[in-house]
Amino acid sequence: MAEVDVLIIGAGPAGLAAATSARRAGATVRVLEASDESGGQFWRHLPATRPAGDEQRLHHQWQRYQQFRSAVDADPALTLDVGAHVWAIEHRDDGVRVNVVYGDVDGTGRRRESVTANGLILATGAHDRALPVPGWTLPGVVTAGAAQAMAKGERIAIGERVVIAGAGPFLFPVTDSVQKSASTVVGVYEAARIRRLARHWLTRPWELRSATSKMAEFAAYVGIHLRGRIPYRPGWGVVAINGTDRVESATVARLDEQWRPVAGTERTVPCDAVCLGHGFTPRLELAIAAGCGLSRDRFVTVDDGQRTSVPSVFAAGEITGIGGVDLALAEGEIAGWVAAGGAPSDSQLVAAVRARAAFTRFARRIADAHRIGSGWTDWLEPSTMVCRCEEVDYGTLLAVRRDTESVGLRSLKLTTRAGLGLCQGRICGRSVECILATDGVGFADGASTDRRPIAAPIRLGELSRPPNFVDDDDQSTTTSEGKSV
Amino acid sequence: MSARAVPPAQDPVRPHPAAAVEIEFEGRTYRGVLGQSIAGILLANDVVDWRTTSVHQSPRGLFCGIGVCFDCVVTVDGVSDVRACQRRVRGGEHVERQHISPPSPSQEH
Repeated sequence: MAEVDVLIIGAGPAGLAAATSARRAGATVRVLEASDESGGQFWRHLPATRPAGDEQRLHHQWQRYQQFRSAVDADPALTLDVGAHVWAIEHRDDGVRVNVVYGDVDGTGRRRESVTANGLILATGAHDRALPVPGWTLPGVVTAGAAQAMAKGERIAIGERVVIAGAGPFLFPVTDSVQKSASTVVGVYEAARIRRLARHWLTRPWELRSATSKMAEFAAYVGIHLRGRIPYRPGWGVVAINGTDRVESATVARLDEQWRPVAGTERTVPCDAVCLGHGFTPRLELAIAAGCGLSRDRFVTVDDGQRTSVPSVFAAGEITGIGGVDLALAEGEIAGWVAAGGAPSDSQLVAAVRARAAFTRFARRIADAHRIGSGWTDWLEPSTMVCRCEEVDYGTLLAVRRDTESVGLRSLKLTTRAGLGLCQGRICGRSVECILATDGVGFADGASTDRRPIAAPIRLGELSRPPNFVDDDDQSTTTSEGKSV
Repeated sequence: MSARAVPPAQDPVRPHPAAAVEIEFEGRTYRGVLGQSIAGILLANDVVDWRTTSVHQSPRGLFCGIGVCFDCVVTVDGVSDVRACQRRVRGGEHVERQHISPPSPSQEH
């Protein structure tokens, strides 16, 4: 017996749009959010204990978020549970069961609960993909998303002189929020070359008409760059980060079309922080645990109603393809409506369906323009850490591949230990695959680094207690490889 | 100085004043405000590393900032593996640098 009509995991733009849309269709709705504030990474903001006088200075579409928040607050049939960490999804004959633990992040003795619903919407979002670079483990090197999260969520400047590097339009808002945090952005290094950007951004301009708000946003960012005299260098990348116990400088170099550093173009830029963002990785573990089918490029496959391959499981937002907030909002709205029993062809969804089409085209251009080049491994040194948790370097990965001649990802992981640490390969997984897969072909065992049956850490003591049992004397952690720490 | 809190006088976002909290880390007391994470308070005081890795004894601190990478884990009031970027401070927490040594041959039976 399901406790709620529609259960949504994630209260970012996609999850909030899904929740309000499902309510409009008459369903009871419950949203599970791991953080203690809704809004996701996009609308990350100062907490209620320390509200901002002018929060919207750091945001786009802040009004939209305020509307969602009022809708949630005013509606007794829409429950938002914050501090709700979904650690596993079980796929059973009678449907999908969502296992949650409530309370402090990585706490002890937290209450467990097992939830069922008639419809489940996954809106788990994405995290930054940062490619390994020599020196990237130095304190002061963070992902672009970390700089953004600290600036928006806590008003912390990660450095005084900041280098931003990677690929994609996300580097713009990161630059903006670092600037607004009383730091100096000394340079933004975009790996895609200008000709590639022009090819993907300037052709077929009529397709962009429906995404004019997005183009205006980008134009505003270009203005910020010009006014702040922040150098924006397409076709450049950070190829090494230097320092002893913390960042002292970054080595930047020109990159060719495949992102190979061009010899002789290296320059040293003094800085105390480096932000890396080479794109995004969808947070797929819950979708995989639920049994949802993935596309070849490893996003959750959905139909016109945002239905996944698993009956009554839907997906919206970045896990179906990296597309930004407008696409996430449209997909969320459609998913919520259809999960509540509506049809994608209903008149209520006309605008959302149109927006989804427009922003999907827009997203495809971004993906094509900023796709990671295969030559990035040329900037690695044998001693460069690839797996940050287990401290497995590039040289070790190459040696194991050569010596074992293994073509199975599982055996390669077990031999090298890459991807077996606390983060479970979330940070290094795809880079490890790039390095170990010979000639871009997959692995003989068909494995990927995305499968993590335990999606969030839960202490063994918490796991040993029945659901809804509370105790506070549990101290050991388990990870999905079953080791306890 | 490098990592720091945005000076209120220069902050276009104008955060409201919030209650002061303190945490202890490596024998020192660090002040912050309610609503900050452990990572936030340490960074505001220009402490940029609070974990030492097992193999190379390297310093680590904030990396992903959104709870994904687990690079920032610390021991809080005796409980290990707490993500410093995600755990909000209540006040009075005793934070320890996390450093798990790999088992040495002499410890094995």
